[in-house]
Amino acid sequence: MGRIDGGRDFESLVLPHLDAAYNLARWLVRDPVAAYDVVQEAAVRALTYFASFRGDNARGWFLQIVRNAAYASLKLDRGLRTVPLATGDDTEAAAPEPVDPADNPEHTLLKTEAHAGLDRMLAGLPVELRETIVLRELEELAYKDIAHITDVPIGTVMSRLWRARRLLAEAAQREAVP
Amino acid sequence: MTRPHDPGECEMTLLVQADFDGELDAAQAAALAAHRADCPICQAAAESLGRVRQALREQAPYHRAPDALRARLTAQAAPRRVTPVRAAGWRRAAAAFVAGGAIAASVMLAVVPSGAPGLPDQVLAGHLRALEPGHLEDVISTDQHTVKPWFDGKLDFAPPVKDLKADGFPLEGGRLDYLDGRRVAAMVYGRAKHIIDLYAWPEAGADATPSVTERDGYNIVRWRQNGMALWAVSDVERDQLVDFARRWRSMP
Repeated sequence: MGRIDGGRDFESLVLPHLDAAYNLARWLVRDPVAAYDVVQEAAVRALTYFASFRGDNARGWFLQIVRNAAYASLKLDRGLRTVPLATGDDTEAAAPEPVDPADNPEHTLLKTEAHAGLDRMLAGLPVELRETIVLRELEELAYKDIAHITDVPIGTVMSRLWRARRLLAEAAQREAVP
Repeated sequence: MTRPHDPGECEMTLLVQADFDGELDAAQAAALAAHRADCPICQAAAESLGRVRQALREQAPYHRAPDALRARLTAQAAPRRVTPVRAAGWRRAAAAFVAGGAIAASVMLAVVPSGAPGLPDQVLAGHLRALEPGHLEDVISTDQHTVKPWFDGKLDFAPPVKDLKADGFPLEGGRLDYLDGRRVAAMVYGRAKHIIDLYAWPEAGADATPSVTERDGYNIVRWRQNGMALWAVSDVERDQLVDFARRWRSMP
């Protein structure tokens, strides 16, 4: 009952990926209420379109819908809420800011208040870097899945990841300076 | 040891990252390892990548979906398929009846034929969704001068909000909805105990007179007016919905 296309249905396609969806939305729109709405809207779209879903990567498919809904939400919100974004104007593939290998990580990133600090650093990344690093490090997706979801070539995924990681490493280092 | 004064660059660093992310095959990884043994830049890059990952996975909050959201989406997906089964089981009905329920459910579930999304089905799906508790209006107001500004800034067009209270179709509110991948205005009108959703979005073309479609016992009346597509959907009688459309169109 209610099965379509070889036994798949909406619940089995979408609901297992709800945490991933919410996490992505939350990091993109940076607001719990807006993220809730984004996932809700994405699920509605998914419910509308899932009969035409033919792939085998339901998570990627749903996350792509979530991502588009989040962008729509951000676009509509522009002007209502202005959020300063960290600059992403650095050259694409410069080496990372070197971190002194002798430094104990406890002295750099793993400070007591680092949780809030890292939260803020990640939230401060430009959105295209943020979504890439979230999909990679928090969702642990492969490059090709990230490329699919964010609609860019794999090479762009790689350079965005690189920039995101370098900015985070730099920010963490600045934080670590007493 | 202090930081190297000039980290320099190495063209292999993106490969270091790809290796770190498990994206290289064995041969590529071996070649990179050979290079890295002699490249302090790549060694430092690998260490930095590891630190960032560790910090992110340990400290960046993973935001799990709230239970309320999960419950809502589960409920949202369920009714259209569960109801016929339950009804059939309840009555211990004949096999034919069960089969009928199954077909009805699958028809309702297949809201979109593969490929082209069917707008009438989407409109109906939006209407049914909105009928769920607490989901009907995002702005509740019987005043068109409240509803209209509410849409400002939420849409890239100004929907025509009219109150038809004098005609027996009081405006009850408005909300945003998605149709065909775009955000549309939904105006909510009451008719006795029934609800009429009127969807509006910009659509090029000359004015078109109303046409009626029926879906699963619901009526949809659609027309085009002043560059706006207008779709009214409701479970009210067909004639009443047509009457609603007529009055709405003729109101300035």
